[in-house]
Amino acid sequence: MSTEEPLVKIRGLRFSRGERVIFDGVDLDIPRGKVTAIMGPSGTGKTTLLKLIGGQLRPDAGTIEVDGRNVHRLGNRDLYTLRKRMGMLFQSGALLTDLSVFDNVAYPLREHTALPKSMIRKLVLIKLEAVGLRGASGLMPSELSGGMARRVALARAIALDPMMILYDEPFTGQDPISMGILVKLIRELNDASRLTSVLVSHDVHETASISDFIHVISEGRVVESGTSTEITGSRKAWVQQFMGGRPDGPVPFHYPGADLADELMGDARC
Amino acid sequence: MLDQLALLGRIGLGAIAGLGRAHLLMFGLLRGLGDLWPRPLLLVHQIHSVGVLSILIITVSGLFVGMVLGLQGHYVLSKFGATQTLGVMVAASLVRELGPVVTALLFAGRAGSALTAEIGLMKATEQLSGLEMMAVDPVKRVLTPRFLAGFIAMPLLASMFSAIGVIGGYFVGVGLLGVDAGAYWSQMQANIDLHEDVYNGVIKSLVFGFVCTWIALFQGYDCMPTSEGVSRATTRTVVHSALAVLGLDFILTALMFGN
Ligand SMILES: Nc1ncnc2c1ncn2[C@@H]1O[C@H](COP(=O)(O)OP(=O)(O)OP(=O)(O)O)[C@@H](O)[C@H]1O
Ligand SMILES: [Mg+2]
Repeated sequence: MSTEEPLVKIRGLRFSRGERVIFDGVDLDIPRGKVTAIMGPSGTGKTTLLKLIGGQLRPDAGTIEVDGRNVHRLGNRDLYTLRKRMGMLFQSGALLTDLSVFDNVAYPLREHTALPKSMIRKLVLIKLEAVGLRGASGLMPSELSGGMARRVALARAIALDPMMILYDEPFTGQDPISMGILVKLIRELNDASRLTSVLVSHDVHETASISDFIHVISEGRVVESGTSTEITGSRKAWVQQFMGGRPDGPVPFHYPGADLADELMGDARC
Repeated sequence: MLDQLALLGRIGLGAIAGLGRAHLLMFGLLRGLGDLWPRPLLLVHQIHSVGVLSILIITVSGLFVGMVLGLQGHYVLSKFGATQTLGVMVAASLVRELGPVVTALLFAGRAGSALTAEIGLMKATEQLSGLEMMAVDPVKRVLTPRFLAGFIAMPLLASMFSAIGVIGGYFVGVGLLGVDAGAYWSQMQANIDLHEDVYNGVIKSLVFGFVCTWIALFQGYDCMPTSEGVSRATTRTVVHSALAVLGLDFILTALMFGN
């Protein structure tokens, strides 16, 4: 690993939702210019982690520094300046439903730059071409499939050429071809402009193939971190089971709760 | 017993916290107004959807309310042989009370619920979060234009309501019940005061516009981001707006005409 300061530095992060502790002392670094994947079972808080990095949620304790600045100490204005340099691809796409595909991608450009119309048009079409949806620029978000919507959201996230992009499950709902193209696109974007990419995904093979580093989180902690070859070759039973997708092993499939037998027998509560 | 006390306390605290969030939102809305100047188009769109699209329901209701006032007023006034003053009665009731109040109630049902549902769905589908992550403040870009639009639209709609109502009263009073047309208009002209009646009515509808739009936006912005949350918030918008309008109407009327 290089000696350069990491772009995102998380120390002692604690966060809970009501009673449920989501993060319990997470330390995590995201190096500059690399693709870093965050993996873990569904419901462990990967989306929550991205929202914490983006400053949309506040940690109960601990710090998150992005580019040397503590995200949760920033005033509104500084936070927004920082966010202009972050792109985020939401799990749901989060497109503005009253704007066309073209206007959605153009939105951040119109908001944050004073570029002339013709220039914006060119930029938008280039971004849409990159995700293979230039032909769909006139459609409304309701006319898109889930996978298409996520690709439009990706085009929007890269519209301002940010320094960091947070991808929340970009591959879900993609057919094998667009998946392959997206995988290549994420890698190329990263290398062409020395971007930093944070990738949350369940697709073990695709993720391992494009990421430089992988952090595996579970039950509020980082279980294992390392380069993608280190992780795929890991000897820890937990990581092996997760990466191999085997049903039996130490990884819990169930949301924490009472014992099944107790719950089935205990009819008193209903 | 202790449980019930604790529950009461929780409900109370919840209500106070909600009130606090509502006021924070209001300050955000007011701060956002300055940011609206460079983007007049945002406001125009919202005035269209909040105001222009409400015109039909407002005018039709105004017509019927005016016609009913004509009938009822004529019945009472004829007992005193004062049907000449029907115009005054119709206009005064409309301009002072029914115009602002009924318009506000209709507005809450037609435009307020739509605002809540729209904002709530934008929240549920993460569009508001998406804007935040694009470094765009959703309060400034999405909520403030709607807020100002409601504030501007309400007095205009109320004026339309009253104007159409006066015409409705004319149809019934003059057309149907034989009140003298000249008396209907001239008595109205002589006895309706611009300050006392008209301005006070406009002030009422400005207050109602502010409150109804604020409630609608707050309920949408604060709702649980689920379909059930949105549906509850929509109901709350209508209920809270109606109560606020009727309560405030009493207070305003007492302040304006009370002494
Ligand atoms: N708004 C919320 N209120 C309360 N709890 C929440 C909320 N959002 C998420 N959670 C809880 O936080 C936990 C982590 O959620 P999160 O969405 O971060 O999971 P995730 O790792 O992204 O899962 P997935 O892979 O399925 O997307 C979940 O257990 C969920 O129950
Ligand atoms: Mg998620």
